[in-house]
Amino acid sequence: MSRQFNMRSLILSTGTTIILPLLLLFSLFLLLRGHNEPGGGFIGGLVAAAAIALKLFADDYPSAKALLRVHPLQLVGIGLALAALSSLPSLLVGDNFFTAQWWTLPLPIFGDLKLSTPLIFDIGVFLGVIGTVLTVIFTLVEAEH
Amino acid sequence: MLNVVLSIFLLACIAPHLYRLLGKHTGLVLALLPATLFIYFASQLSAVSQGQPLLQSWPWFPGLGIQLSFMLDGLSLLFALLITGIGTFILCYAGQYLQGHPALGRFFLFLLSFMGAMLGLVLSDNLITLFVFWELTTVSSFMLIGFNHEDSESRQKAHQGLMVTVLGGLALMTGLIMLGMAAGSYQLSDVLQQDLTGHSLYLPMLILILLGAFTKSAQTPFHFWLPNAMAAPTPVSAYLHSATMVKAGVYLLARLQPSLGGSEVWLLTLSAVGALTMLTGIFLASRATGIKKVLAYSTVMALGTLTMLLGLGTEKAALAAVTFLLAHALYKGALFMIAGILDHEAGIKDFEKASGLRKLMPRTTLVAVVAALSLAGVIPLFGFVGKELLLEAVLSGSQWQLGLTAATVLANIFVVLVAALLAIKPWFGQALPTPKPAHDPGWQMLAGPAVLATLGLIFGLLPMLPDQYLLNAAATAVYGQPISGYLALWHGINLPLMLSLGSLVLGLLLFRFWQPWRKLTAVVETLSKAGPEAGYNKLMAALVSFAAWQTRVLQNGYLRNYLLTTMATVVLLVGWAMLRLEHFELNWQFSDVRVQEAVIFLVLLTTIISAVVLNSFLGVVALLGALGFAVALIYVFFSAVDVGITQVLVETITVLLLVLVLYRLPEFRRLSSTAHRARDALIAIASGTVITLLILLVTASRSMEGIAGYFLEKSVPEGYGRNVVNVILVDFRALDTLGEIFVLALVAIGVYAMVHLRTGAKPVTNADKRLTAEQKRQQSVKGEL
Repeated sequence: MSRQFNMRSLILSTGTTIILPLLLLFSLFLLLRGHNEPGGGFIGGLVAAAAIALKLFADDYPSAKALLRVHPLQLVGIGLALAALSSLPSLLVGDNFFTAQWWTLPLPIFGDLKLSTPLIFDIGVFLGVIGTVLTVIFTLVEAEH
Repeated sequence: MLNVVLSIFLLACIAPHLYRLLGKHTGLVLALLPATLFIYFASQLSAVSQGQPLLQSWPWFPGLGIQLSFMLDGLSLLFALLITGIGTFILCYAGQYLQGHPALGRFFLFLLSFMGAMLGLVLSDNLITLFVFWELTTVSSFMLIGFNHEDSESRQKAHQGLMVTVLGGLALMTGLIMLGMAAGSYQLSDVLQQDLTGHSLYLPMLILILLGAFTKSAQTPFHFWLPNAMAAPTPVSAYLHSATMVKAGVYLLARLQPSLGGSEVWLLTLSAVGALTMLTGIFLASRATGIKKVLAYSTVMALGTLTMLLGLGTEKAALAAVTFLLAHALYKGALFMIAGILDHEAGIKDFEKASGLRKLMPRTTLVAVVAALSLAGVIPLFGFVGKELLLEAVLSGSQWQLGLTAATVLANIFVVLVAALLAIKPWFGQALPTPKPAHDPGWQMLAGPAVLATLGLIFGLLPMLPDQYLLNAAATAVYGQPISGYLALWHGINLPLMLSLGSLVLGLLLFRFWQPWRKLTAVVETLSKAGPEAGYNKLMAALVSFAAWQTRVLQNGYLRNYLLTTMATVVLLVGWAMLRLEHFELNWQFSDVRVQEAVIFLVLLTTIISAVVLNSFLGVVALLGALGFAVALIYVFFSAVDVGITQVLVETITVLLLVLVLYRLPEFRRLSSTAHRARDALIAIASGTVITLLILLVTASRSMEGIAGYFLEKSVPEGYGRNVVNVILVDFRALDTLGEIFVLALVAIGVYAMVHLRTGAKPVTNADKRLTAEQKRQQSVKGEL
């Protein structure tokens, strides 16, 4: 194992197990509330990336990689694709390129659910940020081996 | 007409797949489309010849006044018929000529794209659309000239053609925008209603447009790229360099003549350049021995002739131009295809090695002789009609008629020589052994030249046919007003006929002494070493070495130098702009500074000073982190919570990244000299000062309402969000954000590539060389210490 993981700490490792799901949940929360309260895709993405990086430092690289399941560059691709695709619905309804489209979905218990292209766009940003940060971190770690 | 153009591009896209399905019959199947389009265009003949241009329009960028609009008048129709008609034969021909070529599917893709681009170009009724198609022809012809891309010479020639025409294209774009501004509309049909010769922008736009047209149509001194483009497979030469692409420049001149023609500059430039090109082209043709080379140079001559006629701008010249254009397309297309047949069926590429093939290739001989007779302008072929009109137009021209007539007659003598070469040299006389057993080609290859040559004969005998239905309308479009002249085979015994006969006799005489003539003029070989092509090569070499120099200086791979250059540039530009201000008023209001802000300021100051003087990586990283958190606090104080959170998170992740790379860095030591440090300090302090002054200045003299108010107001009603920052990011300015995340993605890919492509076997790249240079430098610095 390389130098920087020598100080494996039991406290950090245990703490991470508890805090990691919360952090990931929090990042989603930040993403979804972003339109009205502080938050959004960029911030949410940074939090999620930091959470997975925490796993990396607390445990090891393989477990962090397993947690993500896909290669981070794939997330970058999916994020960019989502963000770019969110520009297209406006053209279908005849608006100018990238005009935001809103759809209201009435749900029985929770009330109206508002869906929109900015939300899709923000999810794209979210994934893109996670992918970029983790690509850089993972690549640097891999450079060790 | 949009569908016409689109259908060709669509077919181009599926052509490689069709080739996999249909194999050697692909050419014939693909030819069905241009054949159908030819019939469609032919069905428009009677409507157009009655003077009703067909206009169609679809909005493309309505906000910018750019429409996908098309116009079919006499001139467009003439070109459209040539493009689809000759295109049909070329596709049949190419299918057999390149039979079995591994990349034939790709060839069809390029050829059809070119056809679509060319058709779009001549049908466009919008200057911008026209330009787009213009550049598409450039790109697709680049692909075609460099089709044998494994041959370095072929690549180089394709590159040359591209460079010359792109240079012209750039000029043309500027010229067309000026034209649109001057006319107040980008619609050609509007532009052509106006006479712009008196406009203040006339001269600059004329120069730019002429540059575009002259490079494309290979006018002297840009004529050198055209013969070099013969590196393309012969069907391409037959199509691009006889009938279509090189005529794009001529088309543009003819098209814009009603608006731009008639002035003294137009007359002078076009006649002079045209006459010069005509003489240069035919002179070089008379010296060449490669069959395709001779044809290419004689095409240069034809393009020069057309330019000269358009320069004259008279009614007669307009009629002569369109007639000559049609005649030339017919015989030159046929002759190029015959040159291809000679190569394909007998292995002959050079006149010197060809003789006596008449018995072995009787049908080809017949077609070649008819086409060449039209080139020579022998009665009763259509070439004769064209030549008569040409001479009449030059003789009746207003100025320099003596000079232009002399040039035309001289050129005609050489044309007869070239025609005689083509009609006699390979076919008659003593039979020479051929590299391949010679025989007539299959019908697919012979059909094109045969039909084109026959049309040359029919149109010659019945000149009223093309005249009535097509050429009159085309000449009207060029001239801008209805034309009263008409075509006839026999004009009686007059001066043009005498001149024509004279040049025929002299040309045949010259043919008799072809070899002595070549020896006599051999001096040109040495002269051409200093010709336009040599100039082009020098220019390209200079461009490359300039690029290498500026890359060495500006992009030398040292991050610190990039920072230095960027900062210094900002300081100089902003500082200079501030010094030039008349009212230099700064906002020195510090009374509303709150205590916590003052504390943050002190924290910032201390950390930054400590970071500069500290001698440890870890310490510097920690201090920079502290700096970042302090900045984040400022954001929070000024209620930019989102930005604050982002700043904190970015700082956190930066620290993580630094931890990962920190131990890989060399030991912390001072590598730069004191002088360098002083210079860096100076620039750092200067940029800090300039930016501070700038902020004070801007806050003191805000003359316009900020945009913030607009966003605050519109965020909820139009963006449905109370977090204005987020609404701006994902809605109002979503395109910006999209660009930013693309940059992020590029960074991720860049880092990934940098690390992963370095491992394993790899070629030494420039970056590596730089790295080792850097290491050496560091070692030497260490040695000094």
